[in-house]
Amino acid sequence: MEPETETEIEVETKAARGMAELVAIVEALIFVADEPITTKLLAEVLDEDRDAVEAAVSELQKEYEGRESGLQIREIAGGWQIATRTELHEEVRKFLKTRPSAKLSLPSLETLAVIAYKQPVTVPEILEIRGVQSASAIKTLLEKRLIVTRGHKETVGHPMQYGTSKEFLIQFGLKDLTELPSIEDFEDLAG
Amino acid sequence: MTPTRMEQEPLEQFTFDFNKETAEISTGSNDELKLKLGEFAGPLDLLLFLIRQEQANIFDIPVAKITDEYVKYVKLMKTLDISVAADFLVMAATLIEIKSKMLLPRDPMAPEEEEFEDPRRELVDRLLEYEKFKSAAGMLHEKTTIEQAVFQRGKIESDDSNAEINASVFDIITVFQKILLRHRDEIKMEIAREEISLSDMIRTLKRRIFEETELNVLAFFEEMQSKRELVTAFIAVLEIVRTESVKLTQKKTFGEIFLKAVTNGTGN
Repeated sequence: MEPETETEIEVETKAARGMAELVAIVEALIFVADEPITTKLLAEVLDEDRDAVEAAVSELQKEYEGRESGLQIREIAGGWQIATRTELHEEVRKFLKTRPSAKLSLPSLETLAVIAYKQPVTVPEILEIRGVQSASAIKTLLEKRLIVTRGHKETVGHPMQYGTSKEFLIQFGLKDLTELPSIEDFEDLAG
Repeated sequence: MTPTRMEQEPLEQFTFDFNKETAEISTGSNDELKLKLGEFAGPLDLLLFLIRQEQANIFDIPVAKITDEYVKYVKLMKTLDISVAADFLVMAATLIEIKSKMLLPRDPMAPEEEEFEDPRRELVDRLLEYEKFKSAAGMLHEKTTIEQAVFQRGKIESDDSNAEINASVFDIITVFQKILLRHRDEIKMEIAREEISLSDMIRTLKRRIFEETELNVLAFFEEMQSKRELVTAFIAVLEIVRTESVKLTQKKTFGEIFLKAVTNGTGN
C-alpha cells in the first residue's frame, strides 16, 4: 500500500520478498498456526531476519486497526495470534452458541495468584500465604494445565514446586509473566 | 504498640454486647447463610471480611470482638453442615491465643527500653500479605473474563497432527496400567535373573532418549521382561521427567506418549 515502507524493508528481507508479500505470508502463517506463533519461528520458516518479521507483523497490526477489522493481531504467550475483537463477543458467542466457560473458584484463583507471583513455589509456601490447604485447588489447576510442576525444592522433605504454564498465559491473555502488575501494587488497598 | 492503646483494649472487650451480635447473625434463611459462608476462600478471607464488617482498622484489630465473631461463624458453619476445614480451627486457636495475650498486663519488671511486641503483629502481617494475593486473584479473574470475549479461529483438521501436546504424568500412568494389565495375562516361566537397579534403568533410558531423540514410552515399557522391571522402568520415566531436561509429549490427546530431550531454554 505505502511504497515508502515497501522499499525500506525490501533491503532487509533475505529472501528478496517485498514488504507487502511478507505481510501477506506472515498473516497466512499466523492464521494457520493453532497456537501463538513466535517471531523466531516465523523468521526460521521464512528464512528472514527477525527484524523483517517484526516489521511485517506490526504492519499487519496497523492494517487491521486502520480498517477497523473484526480481527486483531495480538501478542500472547510470547507469540502472535489472530483473534476476534473483544467488542464483537456478543455476536460471535451468539453464532457459536457458546457461553463463557466455567470460571475458576475463588480458592483456585487465589492459589493461582500465589503460584503466578511466587513461582517456583511449594505447597507449604502457598499454605503460609493463603492460610488454608490448597490441595484440591492445585489438582484443579494441574488438570486445567494452568500450572506445571517445576521439580523439587532442595529443602527438608523435598517438596514439589509449581509454576504457571504457557496455557496460563494464553487463558489469561498475557504476553509473558512480566505483564502481570507488580504484587506490591495491590498493597494500597489495605489503607 | 503504644502503652495507651494497650490500656484501652481490655475496656473494649467488656463493653462488647454479645446478645446483640447473636441476633444479627441468625437473621436470614439458612440457605442464604450457607451461600455466604461458602464464599470464603479460607480463614484469612473470613477474618478480613469480619474486620471490614466491623469497619475496624487492620493495624489495630479489636481482637476480642473479632475473635468472638470468628468463632461464631465457624460454629455456624458446623451447624449448617458445612465441612469446616481444619485451617479455620487453627485460626480460631490463634485468635484466642492473641486475645488472651492481650489481656495479660505487661510485665512491670520488664526493662523499660525493651520493645513491646504487639501480639497482633504477626497476624496483621499475614493478613496484609494475604490481601495482596486476594486482590491479585481478582485481577486474574478480570483478565480471564476479558479473555473469554476474544475468540480464535475454529479448529481445522490439520491441527491435531501438527501440535505437540505436553503429556502429563497422569497420561503416562494410564499407559502404564494398560501394559501392566496385559502382562498379567501372560504366563511366563520364572527364571531367576539379575534385577536391574533403578539407577541402571535411568542410565539406559537416558542413553535411549539421546540415541533415538524421541522415545516411545509405550514401546519402552513393552520391552520389559518382568513386572518388576516394568515398575522400575516406570519409576525411571517419572524420575527422569522430574529431574532431567526431558519432557513427555503427545502428538494428539490420548495419542502415543514420547520422551524427548528439551532443547535448551525454559520449556514451558
